[in-house]
Amino acid sequence: MPVNETLSTYSDWTYSAAALVYVFAMICYAVEQAFNRAAKKSEAKELVGAGAPVIGRIEDAPARDRPERFGRIAVALTVLGALLHLSALVLRGVATHRAPWGNMYEYGMAVTLVAVTAWIVLMSKFDVRRLGVFVLTPIVILMFLGGTVLYTDAAPVQPALQSYWLIVHVSAAIISSGLFLVPGVVSVLYLMRTRHDANPAKFAKFGPKLPDADTLDRLAYRTTIFAFPIYTFGIICGAIWAEAAWGRFWGWDPKETVAFVAWVVYAGYLHSRATAGWRGTRAAVINSVGFAMIVFNLFFINLVIAGLHSYA
Amino acid sequence: MIAFLRNTWRGLTSMRTALILLFLLALAAMPGALLPQRSLNPPNVTAYIAGHGWWGTLLDRMQFFDVYASVWFSAIYLMLFISLVGCLLPRTFEYAKALRAQPVLTPRNLARLPHHETADLDAAAADVIAAARARLRGWRLVEREEADGARSVSAERGYLRETGNLIFHFAMLGLIVALALGKMFNYEGQVIVKADGSEFCNSGTLNYDSFRPGLRVDGTDLSPFCVRVNDFKADYLPTGQADMFTAKIDYQAGADLAANTWRPYDLQVNSPLRTAGDRVYLLGHGYAPTFTVVWPNGEERRQTIQWRPVDNLTLLSEGATKFDPPGVTDSEERRKRQLVVTGLLAPTALMHDKLLTSGFPDLRDPAVAVDVLRGDSGLDSGRGQSIFGIDQSMVDNGRLTKVARENLRPGEAITLDDGTKIRFDGVERWVSLQVSHDPTQVWVLVSAVLMILGLGASLTVKRRRLWVRAVPQDEGRTVVEVGGLARTDQAGYGEEFRTVAAELLSPRRGT
Repeated sequence: MPVNETLSTYSDWTYSAAALVYVFAMICYAVEQAFNRAAKKSEAKELVGAGAPVIGRIEDAPARDRPERFGRIAVALTVLGALLHLSALVLRGVATHRAPWGNMYEYGMAVTLVAVTAWIVLMSKFDVRRLGVFVLTPIVILMFLGGTVLYTDAAPVQPALQSYWLIVHVSAAIISSGLFLVPGVVSVLYLMRTRHDANPAKFAKFGPKLPDADTLDRLAYRTTIFAFPIYTFGIICGAIWAEAAWGRFWGWDPKETVAFVAWVVYAGYLHSRATAGWRGTRAAVINSVGFAMIVFNLFFINLVIAGLHSYA
Repeated sequence: MIAFLRNTWRGLTSMRTALILLFLLALAAMPGALLPQRSLNPPNVTAYIAGHGWWGTLLDRMQFFDVYASVWFSAIYLMLFISLVGCLLPRTFEYAKALRAQPVLTPRNLARLPHHETADLDAAAADVIAAARARLRGWRLVEREEADGARSVSAERGYLRETGNLIFHFAMLGLIVALALGKMFNYEGQVIVKADGSEFCNSGTLNYDSFRPGLRVDGTDLSPFCVRVNDFKADYLPTGQADMFTAKIDYQAGADLAANTWRPYDLQVNSPLRTAGDRVYLLGHGYAPTFTVVWPNGEERRQTIQWRPVDNLTLLSEGATKFDPPGVTDSEERRKRQLVVTGLLAPTALMHDKLLTSGFPDLRDPAVAVDVLRGDSGLDSGRGQSIFGIDQSMVDNGRLTKVARENLRPGEAITLDDGTKIRFDGVERWVSLQVSHDPTQVWVLVSAVLMILGLGASLTVKRRRLWVRAVPQDEGRTVVEVGGLARTDQAGYGEEFRTVAAELLSPRRGT
C-alpha cells in the first residue's frame, strides 16, 4: 500500500513540536532546579516523615513559591510534549501501514517517547521532579539527532523486516532502551551526589539540590529491574526472529554481540547490588556503563559497523 | 593440597569472582563486534590483517578474529560456568531446606520493625487470630502460644522469588549445554540453484558451494531431502527498494523421496522451509546470463552460469562463463583455445557512452559488457579458482589474452577474429539457499523461555514477612499488633502491609 504523504507530514510536524515543547519544559525544570533552595526540601521531609505519600507532601507545602510554579509548568509541558510525541509516532504508523519503528529515525522517536513516559510515571511516585532537566537533555539531543541526521522518509520496509516479529522484538527493544535511559541518567546523578556527600567541596552548588543518594539508588534499581526482563525478552524474540530470517538464532552479529554485552553488564548490576562492597557507587557506575552500551549499540554499531542490523 | 583446592573452589564460587568474570565476559565479547570476524566475513579479516601490518598479525595470533572460539573467551565462560554451578548447588540445598522450614518466631518487639501498626480491639484473642488466619490465606503460617498468654501468627510469603531465581539460573545452564551440544551436531551449507527447475539434494556435502559442519559432523549422514526451484519472483517498489522475494519451490523428503512426490512451497525471506529436521532459507538471488558459442566448424556450446551481484541496490553483477573448445582431445591444444566470457551484467541497462551500469535491480532491460579471453583458462591447471572470476595469473603470464570487448543486448553476438561467434541469449535468475541443521535449538528455546519466566518471578515477587500478636486484656479486649518486614531489596511492601493491617485492626473485623 502506498504511503500516506499527508499523514507523514503531520507526523513530522508533531515530532518537531514535541521536541520544541520538551525544550521549553527543560528550561522550566532548569529554573526550578537552579532557584530551588535545597534547605527547604529537607525541612519539608522531616516534617512529614518517611512513610507519607509524596503527593501529600506537595499539598502540605506552606506556600507555592516561584520555582515550584515553574516545576509544575514543566510537568504540564512534558505531558503535552509526550502527547504530541505519541501522535507523531501513531501518524507515522498509520501513514506507512506498519509498526512505526522500521528505521533508526522511527526507532529513536519511539525510544525517547518511552523514556519520557517512564519519567512522567516516576515523577508521580518519587520526589524527583527537579531532575527533569537531566532526563530531558539526552532525550532532546536524541530527538534532534533523529530529526536531522537520521531522518528517513516514510516508506515501506524491506522484505527481511516484514514479519510480526518486527512488532514484538523491536517494541521490546524500544521499551527497554527507553526505560534504561532513566536509571542511566539517575546513576550518574547518584555518583555526583555521593561524591558531594563524601566531600562537600565537590559539586558544592549542585550536589545539595539533588535528592538524597538513597532515593536515586532506589529509583535506578526499580526502573532497571522493570526494564531488564523486557530487554531479555527482546533479545530472545530477536533470536527467534533471526532463526526464521537469517538461518540461525545467534551468530555474533555486531548488534547481537553488543546486546549481549549490555545484557551481561545489567546482569552484573543486579548482582552487584546483592554483593558487599559493590553496592552503591560501583553499582551506579555499572548501570551507567550499561546504558552507554545501549547507546553505543544504537549509534555506533548501526552507523559505523556494517552488520545485519544496519537498516537505516 | 586439600586446603588449596578448597580455597580455589571458594574463590571461584564467590559472588565477587562471579561479578569479575561477568565483566570480563562482557569485555572479551566486545572485540568481536569491533573487529571483523572469520565466522562472519573472512574476506574482511584478510583485508584487515593485510592493511594493519604487524598489528593485524598480532591480533590474528591472539585469536582476535575468532573471538568466540578463542581460548581466552572459552576460558572465561568455562570459569563462569563452574562459578555458577558452585553458587547454585548450595543455594538449591538451602532452598529445599527453606521450603520445609516454618516461618520464624514473632519478634518480641514488633514496634521496631519497619512496618508496624497496633490497635486495641473489643474482641477475644482467639477471634483475632482466627480472623488473621483467614485474611492471610495463601501465606505460609504458623501459630504460636507465647509465655505470657499472648498468641501470635508468623506469616511469610513470596517463596516464588527464590524459585524463579533458581529456575532462571538453571535454565541458563541448560541453554549453555544445549548450545554446546548444538555446536557438535549442527551443520550449515549454502548453495546457488538456478530458478529454472534446477534441483538440489541434501545427499552429500559436495552438492554445496560451501559447507560448515559441526565438530561431530562428517557429512555422511545428512537428512535426505530434495528441493526444486521452479521460479523466483522479486517485487520492487518504484524506488528500487525490494518489497518481497518469493521462490516457488517443490520439495520432497521422507516417504516422498521413494514415491517421487513433490510438494509445493513458497520460500520467502521470513518463512523458511522446515522439513526432515532441517531448514531451508532463501538467502539471496542474482542473475545468470546465457551465452552460446558457435565455433567456425558449426559446433555449439551453450552455458548459463551464475554471476554474483556487486551492487546490492542495482544488482549489477559480475562473473565469468568458461568454455572448452569441443572435440579437442589434446590437452595442450585445448589449453590454447579455451574461451572465457567475463564482465558485467546489468538487469536494467544504463549506458553512459560505452560504460554499462544498472538502473534498477529488476530484470527489465538486461545487457552485458564483456571481455572475451582466449587461451588457457587455468581450469586444467589443478589450481582452484573462483566461479565468478578468471585466474589473473594466467592473464599476467600471457597465457590468457583478451580478444574482444563488447556491450551486448540479448540476441546480439560478437564475432572473433577466427570466426567464432559468441551470442548473449538472455538471463536466468538464481537463488542462493542455505540449509541449516541444529538438533538442539528447540532446547535452547525452551531454556530461554524458562529463563524469562524465572527472571520475571524473581524480579517481581517480593519475599515478605508479617506477624500478628494478640495480647488479651481485661473485659474481653485484645491489643493487636501487626509487624511487617520485606526481606528483599524491593520497596513497595508498605502499601500491601497497610491494607492487610487495616483489615486486621478494624473493629468490624474483630467482632
